[in-house]
Amino acid sequence: MNALAQSGVGRAFATPLGLFSGGYILVLLAVALTAPWITPFDVTIQDLANSNAAPGWPHLMGTDEFGRDVLSRVMYGARTSLSVSATAIGFSMIVGMALGAAAGYFGGLFERAVMTVVDLTWSFPDILIALMLVAIIGPGLSSTMFAIAVAYLAQFTRLTRAQIVQLKRETFIEATINLGATPAHILSRHLLPNAVAPVIVVGMLAIGDGIILEATLGFFGLGAQPPTPSWGAMMSSGTAQLFLAPWVIIFPGLVVAVTVIAINLFGDALIRALDIRERLRGT
Amino acid sequence: MIIKYTLQRLLMLIPVSLSISVVIFLVVHLLPGDPIDNLMRVGSSPEDRLAMTVKYGLDRTLVEQYLLWIRSILSGDFGEAIVLRRPVSDLIRQNLPYSLTLGALAFAFSSIVGMIAGTISAVAKNPVVEQVVKAFILLGSTVPSFWLALLMILLFSVTLGWFPVSGAKTWTALVLPVLTIGFGGIALVARVTRVALVEIARQDFVTLLHAKGLSRSTILFRHLLPHAFLPVVTILALRIGWILGGAVTVEFVFGRPGLGSLLIRALGQRDYPVVQGCLLMLALAVMLGTLIGDVAQAALDPRVREATT
Repeated sequence: MNALAQSGVGRAFATPLGLFSGGYILVLLAVALTAPWITPFDVTIQDLANSNAAPGWPHLMGTDEFGRDVLSRVMYGARTSLSVSATAIGFSMIVGMALGAAAGYFGGLFERAVMTVVDLTWSFPDILIALMLVAIIGPGLSSTMFAIAVAYLAQFTRLTRAQIVQLKRETFIEATINLGATPAHILSRHLLPNAVAPVIVVGMLAIGDGIILEATLGFFGLGAQPPTPSWGAMMSSGTAQLFLAPWVIIFPGLVVAVTVIAINLFGDALIRALDIRERLRGT
Repeated sequence: MIIKYTLQRLLMLIPVSLSISVVIFLVVHLLPGDPIDNLMRVGSSPEDRLAMTVKYGLDRTLVEQYLLWIRSILSGDFGEAIVLRRPVSDLIRQNLPYSLTLGALAFAFSSIVGMIAGTISAVAKNPVVEQVVKAFILLGSTVPSFWLALLMILLFSVTLGWFPVSGAKTWTALVLPVLTIGFGGIALVARVTRVALVEIARQDFVTLLHAKGLSRSTILFRHLLPHAFLPVVTILALRIGWILGGAVTVEFVFGRPGLGSLLIRALGQRDYPVVQGCLLMLALAVMLGTLIGDVAQAALDPRVREATT
């Protein structure tokens, strides 16, 4: 599996689009990790004499209503937005794989119960699910993470279940069952390792969707609270100055769009490199 | 056959809507904060408070409250908005037309343009056209809709002055919201149309049609597009939920009245009856959309009908 994943990532980087998108993602990750030390200006200190300054030198992306450097806040926002989305999707992926694997392997009433709930949430728009949840547990970064995790749970459960149901029919699994292996052994050693590649690729694509959802919740003022910079929260406070300082909204949104595009392109390259398009069908 | 299938699907909606109503009821009652707090004036006595609680039935058990709520909903009464102090059914009736107009227009716009774009990219066999449509498809699914809405306001309302910034007084105020919601939809419909067309064009009967000497346009309009309709209809029906989700955001940004902005405002004010009513209406719309999609699919494809009846 490791070797397969490595060769897949390697081959994904070998295509021009994969190299560009993968390179961008790596740079963004590096910025997110080192943001507290490399931002050109402090992200919270206010400089009211320089408020709403247009992009130029030394503020390449301009300043916001409090005179804070937009570029620095976008860099720091990468830290917030990426970690929120990645944590939420990671959590969602683990729970979804467990639920989907159990449903697909054991079948019966358990499968029907899980899939009924999953299909119900599946038909609902993510933003409505997320709004409902954040309304219950209150705004903030942790409830944003929870809302993103729940909103995408159905996707991972469906995909994993479909994989397991298909794999269960393979001869080598039947052989393992006949040799007397326990369900836990079959699931953890044989079924899940074979089902994991498509789930991981879909998970990577979902991180992009999670970034959009985080930005949308942040925009409604339900995500990161001031003064923590996140891409969505920046745009939320920027709406009041939309006509006066449009750059406060344009740049964070642009970075969100470019990031999600890069994630999609790299995901596509990975799907091609791992040759799993067929397995992603119908989910 | 198709009538039986439709009736079956309609019957299945009853348990589903009941469970959704339970979920919505519970979710709303778990919301933190007490709506009565918003109604109390400074200095009002505990007795006033109690009277208010009794008036809105908030002193009863959850089960009793749920049954009362369901009974009144079935008779068309969604209760009274606690903060806005008006019947919720009035509020919904007032806001629903705005959302329906916006949704229907965005739906029509994205379906028509999406199918045309998908067909062009599948038929043109021109790498440039194909790449442009592909790029557009990618943009449509990756650009956050509220950001797109803000950019449109900046460009078309502020800079060019073609359309109003917000509100719903004139029909021109509809243009930007429809474009914003439709944008993501176009991409999706185009992609599905394209994939379906390319796949069908590879099949043997199409080779036969070519061999018989039919013109390319006859093959496209009489044979390929009708087949491609099936997946497109399915995806379009599922899109109804999407469009509603998009409408929530877009109504908020453009300051339009509608179910979405009503819901967001009510969430902020903890106005239980309004939130319940809005969520229920949105859920119903999503379910109806899925139903229409399934029925249309069954009507177009006998295999689906036989598998389920």
